[in-house]
Amino acid sequence: MIIPIEHFLTVSALLFVIGVFGIFLNRKNVIIILMSIELILASVNINFVVFSSYLGDLVGQVFAMFILTVAAAEAAIGLAILVCFYRLRNSIFIEDANTMKG
Amino acid sequence: MIPLYFFYFFSFIAILSSFFVIFANNPVHSVLWLILTFFSVAGFFILVGAEFLALLLMIVYVGALAVLFLFVVMMLNISFAGLRSGLAQFLPFGILIGIVIFAELILAFVPWEFKEQAINNRSVAIDTAEDNTVALGKIVYTDYFLLFQCAGIILLIAMIGSIVLTLRSRPDVKRQSITSQIYRDPNTSIEVKDVKPGEGI
Repeated sequence: MIIPIEHFLTVSALLFVIGVFGIFLNRKNVIIILMSIELILASVNINFVVFSSYLGDLVGQVFAMFILTVAAAEAAIGLAILVCFYRLRNSIFIEDANTMKG
Repeated sequence: MIPLYFFYFFSFIAILSSFFVIFANNPVHSVLWLILTFFSVAGFFILVGAEFLALLLMIVYVGALAVLFLFVVMMLNISFAGLRSGLAQFLPFGILIGIVIFAELILAFVPWEFKEQAINNRSVAIDTAEDNTVALGKIVYTDYFLLFQCAGIILLIAMIGSIVLTLRSRPDVKRQSITSQIYRDPNTSIEVKDVKPGEGI
């Protein structure tokens, strides 16, 4: 392999950190938080696929496929909850989700 | 050398566009930058020889997820003016957490080599003579069949869940009811009136 594996790991770490940072930066906007979670999952997927390819074991790619499935399901449910919340409260501010006094 | 240049190209685009995902003022722009990020991640997958996952990523994320995000952003009538308020309050903490996590993850930047044990413990070794898609299909439908079915069930449950969450009955909308149309009979729908000449009903 011509590309060293640590280069991939660094890019994936950067994507992960940007995702975490996005959650802190946009604490009021649920949509951007969901997108940040997708970024984090994408960086995890990069790690799985790169390690699978460099080690020569195909199971990592199967696992990445399942992560893809779970990410799709999570985003669908999250957006459905968001639509419900918007119908009830007419906003997507996280502070308006205060009925449980959490 | 060409794969290395492609790698730097894709990583530059991925990092830049993921920055724009979290910094864009308009969520529609954020979704579009997210699509660009996933395209570059798919480029990484192709570089390491996982073509099937790269195309799957494009189909699932760009074709389904990003469109879903766009649909929700455009459907909800939200003013995005106040969504960034309180930024200065969270920014230092966020930067601190980001630096700490990155400092821990950057420890991976050392020359890697796999131990003999790890190479001997491979469960399904990649055969370079075989296509990636063929190899994946051979193990997904045999060794990992049960997990594959579980993934299908997860998707089914997600579909049912989102339909249940978003479906609502609206009494103010007139709808066609096929059953009541079929079950009409002349006794209830036709009334015979005896109208005298020269008078109305």
